[in-house]
Amino acid sequence: MYETKYHKASSVSEAVSLMGAADDGKLLSGGQTLLPTMKAHLAAPSDLVDVSGIAEMNGISVNDDIVTIGAATTHAEVAGNAALQKACAGVADLAANIGDPAVRHLGTIGGSIANNDPAADYPAALLALGATIKTNAREITADDFFVGLFETALNDDEVIVSISFEAPAKACYAKFPNPASRYALAGVFAALTTAGARVAVAGAGDDGVYRHADMEAALDGNWSADAILGVSVGADGMLSDMHGDAAYRANLVKVMAGRAVAGC
Amino acid sequence: MTEVSMTVNGKPVKADVPDNTLLVQFIRENLRLTGTHVGCDTSQCGACVVHLNGKAVKSCATLAVAANGADVTTIEGLANGEMHPMQTAFKENHGLQCGFCTPGMIMTATDMVARYDANGKELTEAAIREELEGNICRCTGYHNIVKAIADGASKMASS
Repeated sequence: MYETKYHKASSVSEAVSLMGAADDGKLLSGGQTLLPTMKAHLAAPSDLVDVSGIAEMNGISVNDDIVTIGAATTHAEVAGNAALQKACAGVADLAANIGDPAVRHLGTIGGSIANNDPAADYPAALLALGATIKTNAREITADDFFVGLFETALNDDEVIVSISFEAPAKACYAKFPNPASRYALAGVFAALTTAGARVAVAGAGDDGVYRHADMEAALDGNWSADAILGVSVGADGMLSDMHGDAAYRANLVKVMAGRAVAGC
Repeated sequence: MTEVSMTVNGKPVKADVPDNTLLVQFIRENLRLTGTHVGCDTSQCGACVVHLNGKAVKSCATLAVAANGADVTTIEGLANGEMHPMQTAFKENHGLQCGFCTPGMIMTATDMVARYDANGKELTEAAIREELEGNICRCTGYHNIVKAIADGASKMASS
């Protein structure tokens, strides 16, 4: 790992000013993606601003069906939260299957969505739930937030503070994990929200996480795995790599969507 | 350089380290506690697992400076005059061959037993296998590790 300067921020405003003062700063939370990336010399930030200890970025609350998760909340905390299990078990179960137990003890929801790895799980959940991402500067809808592969609508030095969404009537995630990395080869989050059925796909699209309009239309008014059977999922726009070609991923998307709907 | 202080295996320790020092480097090179191993160095294998504030983490994917003020337990901190029940279980069940992955396996095992215990959940064989997702052993084929952890869990419950 190249040299870097570490800073521990105690508030969101301090994190923003530390990032502003840094030459090429990066926010550090659990570090479960960033530190391995730095070790591999694929990133070399001049400064690291640790946000993991900031109180307003930690914890989960459920008030009047609105779920709010602090950006620095770990996967293990999300997985084990009783109020969230009740309000939206689909998100807690998703978190329980990210990586491995040691990774879940440090990795955070904010870090995952800021990185927007196309094979990460949380982006699909937030997109399907129509979540809102609150930063130090503004609120961004999930539809606007996830821009492309490893790309988000975040500006330089912008800090995600929390994620919130309305508890859905139904929500479930099904993924086919790469057996080695546990990242999704294809993962589908299906949710029945007040805005209707919403379906988001992780791991498979060649431009990152996306919503599947045909599946949403099929599920509106007919929430069943059978409704998915009639939807055609083509290989166009699917990732193709050593782990699976586009046609294989297209098939997986349909199978995972069926499992997600059947699971809730 | 940043001055880092933490409690490791119950003892306060302090050192000036470069900010890019990994927790595992700090443990092995500054403290000379070489029971914690570096296997893959890409956070896949789990040979470097230690407990950070009571939770299993991969010390090769954690900065020493970020652990400032923390309470860390390594494999050297488990035995208390005599072997920890989980260590005894690994010995009795032949839960190791070359032993390289064993410190990480045992730190992961004691963490999972504590978590399942705290949540009142049963640590079944299937759960043990699922919980070992982040620990790789290239010798044993895992069967005896799984047996050792089940045995260690009951030894811990009765000790």
